[in-house]
Amino acid sequence: MHIIENGNVAAALGVRLCGVNVIAAYPITPQTPVTEKLSEWVEAGEMKAEYIPVESEHSALSVCIAATSAGARSFTATSSNGLLYMHEQVQWASGARLPIVMCVVNRAVGAPWNVWNDQQDSISQRDTGWMQMYASDHQQIIDTVIKAYYLAEKTSIPIMVCYDGYILSHTYMPFEVPDADKVKAFLPPFKPDYALDPNDPANLNTVTLPDVRMDVRGELAHGYMEIRYLLQEELRGALAVAAETEKRFDEIFGRGGDPYIEPYLCDDAEYVAVGLGSVTYQLRVAVDALRAEGIKVGVMGIKFYRPFPDEAIAKALKGRKGVIVYEKALSYGYEGALASDLKSALYDSLAGTGSMPYVQNFVLGIGGRDIKTHDLTETLRAATKGRVAKEPVWIGLKL
Amino acid sequence: MGTRNYRRKTSHSESGPGDGGRTGSWRVTRPVLNRSLCIPCKRNAEACFICWLFCPDVVIARTIPPAIDLEYCKGCGICAEECPTKAITMVDESEFADENDKG
Repeated sequence: MHIIENGNVAAALGVRLCGVNVIAAYPITPQTPVTEKLSEWVEAGEMKAEYIPVESEHSALSVCIAATSAGARSFTATSSNGLLYMHEQVQWASGARLPIVMCVVNRAVGAPWNVWNDQQDSISQRDTGWMQMYASDHQQIIDTVIKAYYLAEKTSIPIMVCYDGYILSHTYMPFEVPDADKVKAFLPPFKPDYALDPNDPANLNTVTLPDVRMDVRGELAHGYMEIRYLLQEELRGALAVAAETEKRFDEIFGRGGDPYIEPYLCDDAEYVAVGLGSVTYQLRVAVDALRAEGIKVGVMGIKFYRPFPDEAIAKALKGRKGVIVYEKALSYGYEGALASDLKSALYDSLAGTGSMPYVQNFVLGIGGRDIKTHDLTETLRAATKGRVAKEPVWIGLKL
Repeated sequence: MGTRNYRRKTSHSESGPGDGGRTGSWRVTRPVLNRSLCIPCKRNAEACFICWLFCPDVVIARTIPPAIDLEYCKGCGICAEECPTKAITMVDESEFADENDKG
């Protein structure tokens, strides 16, 4: 069924289709309509789930942690400072290996107060051990939520489904709502590695000493480092699970492609613009304009940001002259996190081969500053003539 | 042998003594029982046992005299604080240095 709705409703429909058992969230702009919609459905009896209103984002994720520990499929959503307020529990959820799905409706962080879109909130959670996927349109939002539950539960690792505030969350777009029976076929019931059982009590994630120890059964149990290593190892392994998830989704729903990247006119491109989320679709307009002038450019949207698909990305960018990274966030004091990650992937894969592209970093749209297609076209044109600057260049800055 | 085949991905503690590890090494002060003040010892009866009740690590046994498992006692001092007759005192571990050296 095709409908025309906004991005937040697309996310909520995905959550409903996945048969989520527990929803806990605190309203924050521009995420609020996601959970409003879910609470309406629960209240009307259209969705069989527990909706738990909480007093903060920290509590929202705490509820999801508890619910998932008890074997429930859970969901929360947040934005901006709400995500930052959640940060302690964000770390906890991944360390505890709980497959929670959370929508992050990207919004600038304070100070100063700002409700518009950039991606500083989710990028600031890059190193928490969560997977991160970025959607570029409403179809990707609903599909990504469904894929996210499959992937998270296969790996016992939580996942953030990120999409741009207002640009996607509040705009209306046609998209297909997947058939409920097909979703059931795609996503089996949640069978956790372990679920709390009153008849077999246990403490979860208790203080863990630096070294390994014998447990009460006399088996050698992990120390803190072993638990953390397993998270890293299985996050790296999640790249393969993501590929399997994409293939499976394609087989059942007839939609899919590369699990990690979304290329546009990249086959013969000498210069590739790279970004996360909706800006990559806007960049297509700039690329079309430059293509008309005979400049060989393409766009590569990164759908999967953590774990970072370094090998796939390096392979896709090998032999290009330039990689131009457009980012709505910054690792303050250095450069865009995506630019750093791309350079690292290219270095590992291509150092010494002579096919290493230069990397130009542009920062744009911070705090919702309007992104003009003309600026994208002109900066991209400039970057095809060589690296513009070592430092990231801010587009549209009026200092 | 490593922990790769351990049945859990994270820390998982079931009820039983010392499932959090041999936490006795954390202790800075050691609880020492004065039997002449301890109610169960004096009456030779199962009485009081407030130390047993309050011990957060369940390392005190409900026996006469109450036995403290020093393998796991973290030395928090709650037993000494709660004992109505002040039969338990917390003594600096350095006082037992010779004993510890002997293993």
